[in-house]
Amino acid sequence: MTAPSATTDLPRPGYWPWFGAFAYLFLIGAQVMGLVTSVPDRDMGHLQKIMYVHVPAAWIMSLTFAVVLWYSFLYLWKQRENDDLKAAAAAEVGSAFCGLTLVLGMIWGRPAWGVWWTWDARLTSTLVLFLIFVGYLALRAFVEDPHRRAQWSAAVGIMGAINVPIVYMSVRWWRTLHQVQSSPATVDPWYVINLRANAFAFLFVMIYFIRQRYVASRFERAAELAAQAVALGRN
Amino acid sequence: MAWKDDWRRVRAIVWKDLTTEGRSKAGFNSVAALGVTILVLFGFALGPDTQALRDAASGALWLAVLFAGVLAFNRSYQVELESGALEPLLLYPGARWTIFAGKLLANTIFVGLMLVIVVLVGIVLFQVNIPDAWPKLVAVLALGSIGLVSLGTFYAAMASRSRAREVLLPLLLFPMLVPVLLAAMSASKALLSGDMMHEAGAWMNMLVAYDVIFVVAPLLAFEHVIEV
Repeated sequence: MTAPSATTDLPRPGYWPWFGAFAYLFLIGAQVMGLVTSVPDRDMGHLQKIMYVHVPAAWIMSLTFAVVLWYSFLYLWKQRENDDLKAAAAAEVGSAFCGLTLVLGMIWGRPAWGVWWTWDARLTSTLVLFLIFVGYLALRAFVEDPHRRAQWSAAVGIMGAINVPIVYMSVRWWRTLHQVQSSPATVDPWYVINLRANAFAFLFVMIYFIRQRYVASRFERAAELAAQAVALGRN
Repeated sequence: MAWKDDWRRVRAIVWKDLTTEGRSKAGFNSVAALGVTILVLFGFALGPDTQALRDAASGALWLAVLFAGVLAFNRSYQVELESGALEPLLLYPGARWTIFAGKLLANTIFVGLMLVIVVLVGIVLFQVNIPDAWPKLVAVLALGSIGLVSLGTFYAAMASRSRAREVLLPLLLFPMLVPVLLAAMSASKALLSGDMMHEAGAWMNMLVAYDVIFVVAPLLAFEHVIEV
């Protein structure tokens, strides 16, 4: 592991607050556009508009967990503490998006399918993915030593990521109901535009959230190290 | 011969773990008793209707093994942690994966013996008709417990050394075990009901594939987990 970072090279805000403001404004703009511009669906009416947020949430969730996997491997390879903190930040944001995907899907599923929940392959594997990352975050909360926490959560993150396609496959064998994806060619162009606008809005928010959580954890680590230094009389 | 030395290390760990367990027997007895107790509780939950009991038998049996097995996995490290023996064990020369392989074998024997008791009690309590294809059922039990024990042994290496190990191990392990349990439950359920749809074979193939993945991945990752 690299030497603990001194307080001097803590991340600086730079242009990040501007990026944050842009991300939020883009998100609000995408919502307004989705509600105003697109015509109600022939079968589902306004209910269809949940898809503008449900589908991008699922996309961004997958992307975020790919970020966790990437930084977990990078940590095991280079043993840099910052990579572990980035993986943890991404895992928190990914779990939030995962929860959002599940809840939005349920709100849509109740009127569309008539049930809040069904044991379909996608729903079940998304729920299992959520539980795996709840376990990941619990592990981080219960282990104090930073090196041990980093090493273990990298292992748990990678094992969890390996498991996701396996869970999906086995539950699909068990039963399936979720509709297959629509292709952009079969739907109204406004739907595609709104879906993509929301996907970018969620992407910007995701990047901003990960950055904020990462900065916060860097400050937490710096505070811990400062407290240690004081306790050891090396201030 | 390097692999002969590795095999000797694996055997030494198996021998050590089983001897410690065999001298007290308290661990095995209590875990097996817990497995039987869980089966009895499932019996109460499902009611006295014979057909309902038979339909739920395979699920109840696997969950009983799972809940009792979780206690066994943490135990397998606890003895070493309490006596401060884990660090010396890691200082011995040789590859670290042999420690995992040894513990995996010892735990498989432990859970296998528990499985014999739980299955026999389950057959009686849930009034299961033993199918003609019972050797296949034995194979499903063996394959299912290998996947269960491999992941359990791996996650217990972390959970047993953290705070709140009692809650952390199930929280990490159970979601990971979904594919193994689903395949094992579906295969045993199909076999118990006569395998009319010929689906048990497919589930067993999947179980073999999962076992390979879930034994190889922890073998590779164990080194990173145990060294800190």
